[in-house]
Amino acid sequence: MMAKREEIRLCGYGGQGIILAGHIIGQAASIFEHKYATYIRDYGPEARGGTCRADLVISDEEVVYPYISAPSVLVAMSQQAYDKYHIENNEDALVIIDDGLVKPVPNKQRVLAIPARRIAEELGRVMVANIVMLGFLTAVTDIATADSMKKSLMATVPKGTEELNMEAFERGYAYGLKKAGRDRHFPNGESG
Amino acid sequence: MTERKYLAGEFFMSGDDACAEGAISAGCRFFAGYPITPASEIAERMSERLPEVAGTYIQMEDELASLAAVLGASWGGVKAMTATSGPGFSLMMENLGLGIMTETPCVIVDVQRGSPSTGLPTLTGQGDMMQARWGSHGSYSIIALSPDSPQELYDLTIRAFNLSEKYRLPVLVMTEAATGHMYEKVVIPPMNEIEVVHRRKPAVSAGEYLPFKPDADLVPPMANAGEGYRVHITGLTHDERGYPAMTAEAQDRLVRRLVDKIERNRDDIIDLEEDRIDGAEVVVCSYGISARVSRIAVEQARSEGIRVGMLRLITVWPFPEDRIRDISEQVRAFVVPEINYGQISLEVERCACGRTKTVLVPHMGGGVHSPGTILEVIKQVAR
Repeated sequence: MMAKREEIRLCGYGGQGIILAGHIIGQAASIFEHKYATYIRDYGPEARGGTCRADLVISDEEVVYPYISAPSVLVAMSQQAYDKYHIENNEDALVIIDDGLVKPVPNKQRVLAIPARRIAEELGRVMVANIVMLGFLTAVTDIATADSMKKSLMATVPKGTEELNMEAFERGYAYGLKKAGRDRHFPNGESG
Repeated sequence: MTERKYLAGEFFMSGDDACAEGAISAGCRFFAGYPITPASEIAERMSERLPEVAGTYIQMEDELASLAAVLGASWGGVKAMTATSGPGFSLMMENLGLGIMTETPCVIVDVQRGSPSTGLPTLTGQGDMMQARWGSHGSYSIIALSPDSPQELYDLTIRAFNLSEKYRLPVLVMTEAATGHMYEKVVIPPMNEIEVVHRRKPAVSAGEYLPFKPDADLVPPMANAGEGYRVHITGLTHDERGYPAMTAEAQDRLVRRLVDKIERNRDDIIDLEEDRIDGAEVVVCSYGISARVSRIAVEQARSEGIRVGMLRLITVWPFPEDRIRDISEQVRAFVVPEINYGQISLEVERCACGRTKTVLVPHMGGGVHSPGTILEVIKQVAR
């Protein structure tokens, strides 16, 4: 069971594919899992280099208020974005970082880390770090099933890149299963 | 080469994209515009989609030319649209008046951002609502719709086209960055399930046709240029033949009709969403993203025992004067949250006419209200 209202924030720097990852998650939830999902993104005028964030609200009910007040999951892929966008008002929140890029401030929130950028480099394309992170996020939360995420991923990425993106997703997903083990994050406090 | 002529199904889509798809569904086959944040995505999608449906997309040199091209396309017999934001909307005001005077069906989308002037290009606002009503010179009536979700941007863009064809005038879709840039599920029905209205054609021969002679509903049937009917189009005050008529009498007849064809059909045009207004002591009246945010405050107030009703203006212009007047007889106050320093609140106040008080909850733009801010005002007036 998913929480009635789940707030998810992804942040990083422009060019990392944060906005695309947010779209894939929202599409997985709303189109492939028939939940309600609202997605709002925010970025500066720069195409690359500025901070950007993707805010998602996923719910079993209609999302009336589309903005995030207490994220239950924060994904950070750059230090600057983490510093700017992390919210500490939810002690139960799960923080997911690329530990090659972000050092989180110590607090009561649980932190899970993956070297997404390094894994993407191993795959030969640093640009799929966002998809590695997406696989990881899918493994350690129950925002959407891996099946829905993969469908959404394939419906979104450019033709000719499907194989690379699927490999990136699987690498992140496997890393997540190993890392989190049975300790998956269920925001509602329920076991899965 | 046309891969996808008509999309149907469920899509995770932005409000801007949904607006463009609504236009395609309504039969729009011409877009002329000048890119501007936060409306650029509408132009971008139309530039992809129109060639797929044998339509025409033109990027113009500015917003004056954009609306001029749209008016011309409409007279050529094609449903036409443009999309812009505040700075471009200001530039379109002269040609909006031309569209009103020449009774040219078309749709103008304004994705509002923080203003005045260049303001906040990427951040939201609702500061163009009075400009939508009064921005062009002279006396006229206008139709403006305000959606609160990507789905409604799709639905209301279709309705805007239908109203423009039915009443022969430019119809405004007044959305804002918050809704245009929001992604949600958008359901696009099969083409045969969508009601599409087309302009009424002349029922008489070319020899008998008077292009500005109205039918009983005050709307003249419209012959497109090139269909064999004589068509003379001018922004000057004109008679039923369309020729300039520089007299007070011709002016009186024409201007009254341009206004009356809208005002006498208010019941057909006005669309409101009402929630628990009967028995309410306070009614929150809002539109667009502000109405959506208000619903949270209304729910909270109700949970604290306050009897609050909600009136959402889906049609903002013509303004629902009668309904506001009726409600003003029974409530202690109207609360009007909007992302400006008081525009629609002035209309509510005018229609309430001192029978009850109207309290504006302003936001200068760049974001939306915190529901707590609206809740505080509801509590204060309910006390």
